Amino acid sequence: MRARRDGPRAGPSRRWLIALVPWVALVVVGASRRPTARHDEPAAVRRPIIVASKPFGESFILAELFAQLLEAHGRRVERRPGLGATELDYSALRAGSIDCYPEYTGTGLLAILHAPMGTDARAVFDAVLTGSMSRDSIRWLPPLGFQNRYAVAVRRATADSLHLVTLDDLARAGHALRAGFTADFIGRPDGLPALARAYGLHLGRVDALGQALKYQALASGAVDVIDGYSTDGLLARYDLVVLTDNRQIFPPYEAAAVVGAALQRDDPDAIVVLTELSGVLDEARMRELNRRLEVDGTPVATLAHDALQSLGLARRIAPSPSGRSPDGVAPTGDAPSTDRQAGLWGYLVAERGHLLALTARHLTLVLVSLGVAIVTMLPAALLLARAPRRAGVALGAVGALQTVPGIALLAFMIPLFGIGVGPALVALILYSLYPILRNAYVGIREADPGAVDAAVAVGMSPSQVLLEVRLPLAAPVIMAGIRTAAVLAVGTATLAAFIGAGGLGEPIVTGLALADTRMILSGAIPAAGLALVVDGLLALVERRLVAST
Amino acid sequence: MTGEATPSATVAATSATAGAGARAVALAATEVSKSYGPIVALDRVSIDVAAGDCLALIGESGSGKTTLLRCLNRMVDPDRGTVTVDAQSTRDVDPVRLRRHIGYVPQDGGLLPHWSVRRNVALVPRLLGDPDPAARAADALRLVGFEPDEVGGRRPRTLSGGQRQRVALARALAARPGVVLLDEPFGALDAITRAELQDGFRRLRAELGMTVVLVTHDIREACALADHVAVMQHGRVHQVGTPRALRDEPATPYVARLMAGA
Repeated sequence: MRARRDGPRAGPSRRWLIALVPWVALVVVGASRRPTARHDEPAAVRRPIIVASKPFGESFILAELFAQLLEAHGRRVERRPGLGATELDYSALRAGSIDCYPEYTGTGLLAILHAPMGTDARAVFDAVLTGSMSRDSIRWLPPLGFQNRYAVAVRRATADSLHLVTLDDLARAGHALRAGFTADFIGRPDGLPALARAYGLHLGRVDALGQALKYQALASGAVDVIDGYSTDGLLARYDLVVLTDNRQIFPPYEAAAVVGAALQRDDPDAIVVLTELSGVLDEARMRELNRRLEVDGTPVATLAHDALQSLGLARRIAPSPSGRSPDGVAPTGDAPSTDRQAGLWGYLVAERGHLLALTARHLTLVLVSLGVAIVTMLPAALLLARAPRRAGVALGAVGALQTVPGIALLAFMIPLFGIGVGPALVALILYSLYPILRNAYVGIREADPGAVDAAVAVGMSPSQVLLEVRLPLAAPVIMAGIRTAAVLAVGTATLAAFIGAGGLGEPIVTGLALADTRMILSGAIPAAGLALVVDGLLALVERRLVAST
Repeated sequence: MTGEATPSATVAATSATAGAGARAVALAATEVSKSYGPIVALDRVSIDVAAGDCLALIGESGSGKTTLLRCLNRMVDPDRGTVTVDAQSTRDVDPVRLRRHIGYVPQDGGLLPHWSVRRNVALVPRLLGDPDPAARAADALRLVGFEPDEVGGRRPRTLSGGQRQRVALARALAARPGVVLLDEPFGALDAITRAELQDGFRRLRAELGMTVVLVTHDIREACALADHVAVMQHGRVHQVGTPRALRDEPATPYVARLMAGA
């Protein structure tokens, strides 16, 4: 682990870029905290700057730092914390749905640009800088000053008894140890495969563990080795030893702000403001901020405020920062501030207003998407029932949608619809189509053949047969499809939190990021209850429908 | 069984019904053929039925009797040949309109399970634009021996098999069609119920005088209910005639064997 503080640099590739995009040069040159006239323009003149983060603690903190710094310089800021995964954030940035979020150079190199791996921090930064700009007009600001790279950690007792200091040591003793790694680490070429290749590491056993669980698993002795990130606050909490990457195989993960084309064009001075953070955050400071968030439960807004104060960047910050954004979706406010020792029930009671609002949003997402799916798919099923050959194709196509993982579907949505409630609804509608269409089609096609044949034989017209016989006979099967879609939608709607649409997924996503079980349950329990209630209500509708025909 | 039927059987059929008298022909199928892929369901079949007459189509499964019946109300359109109802080719009539004027009773009754008995029976009068379908339904239910108020509000599945077939018959008769088609209407019933319904059916025919085509695989039922019987096998008609004619002068050994069981 080397904490690199890379200030603004000017390598050959940088010069090439400057020659290519002259106005970017202005920003880079202006990186020296030079106040400009535009800082003092009334904030209302400019549109709000949308600052997003990924759904984990450090990203929350960094985004809040960006936001407060911009606010200190008179900008209005809209916060979109906990927005999806890398693909979601980057697509949102490229699509102009957000203006800025914290990213890591190694991620940019491997996951975004799919470039060959490099281990030199400076070369990697230059590669992502030119790659993102030329491909996506997205600008990487000079790194913040710390790296959040892979850290392989063991308990102190394990390290002492086996004399583990480096990854070479681990390779020597690894055959007797059990590892719990994230699926991401196991699969990524720069993760476990790289370890195995470079160090000849063979562990006794490797299990995939969730990000939020692995520290507890390590502390409890369920596993002996985990992968973490070098700035994880929990490394300090559990007194863990990070083994040195003495062969330097992990790619550098320097944190930096990435800025979309729209902000570069609309408010270049805002970018100058953001570069005030470049090179000033070292790894120790970041780890401490993460610890205060993850272990103490200090609100993100407070952490960012304190950090800006101590960095001397808080000249204009109001004494008490408001953490929650105007639309109330920020998880940065009161949620973590409640006493971590209070029980789940007390937490639910304390958060009831927020949770009720989230539940209402969740229910709205589900009902609107379900309504649209019903209104479109029932007529579609009626049409397809008369054209079985086309039905196969249509059902196949709609069914294929169902197989797209939720997070991937949301990623596809961003370039088309941006972020927020709109794309979440579109995704939820797409997920509701198949159960409704399939059941309606099958129900209509396979309605009691004897009754249908007789209805035709006594002289009902095709449309009368469809509407008066097939459709009512199919009603129970159709309702079953609608109930399936409804329960699925309640579950899927938790993903809406990844693209800033709110709902009960919000505390789940944030709770997962902060390893806060109570917060996860505060979203999961109402979501489960909602699924039961929605299904129960639809069961009542079904009973009335069947009774009335 | 071998293919003993010959084209002469159809000649015999025509002459047999021609001998039935001067009554007008209500239904006729002429040289009707129908194939489903390689399977020949009907092979140049000709029959005709005089007005007010009852013709039974008898044969084993796959003999083509149900296909022939369904050609009469255009539930099946033949590949070749013509079907006439009241001297009009059914090809010239919209099938939906045609079916509304022809009563139909399938083996399982074909009642719509989500509708009350009354609504089921009132269906055809309603389709025909009758001003008071409920009254037609009540009349028809009385015809088959029901008290309309007792069964009218019930769902078909709450009735016994025999009751359901009577309701189906009531539905077929509610609009008083000139022609009624029955596809093994009593086939799924126990012997006692079947006998009751057969009696009731005979009385209705005497009362209403409609033309009937009845599909059955039971030669005793055919002889008991029908004026004429058409014996079918492998998509052809062996012989058409009165039960007595079939017994006394069977045209083929197959007919003779069949009548021995009557």
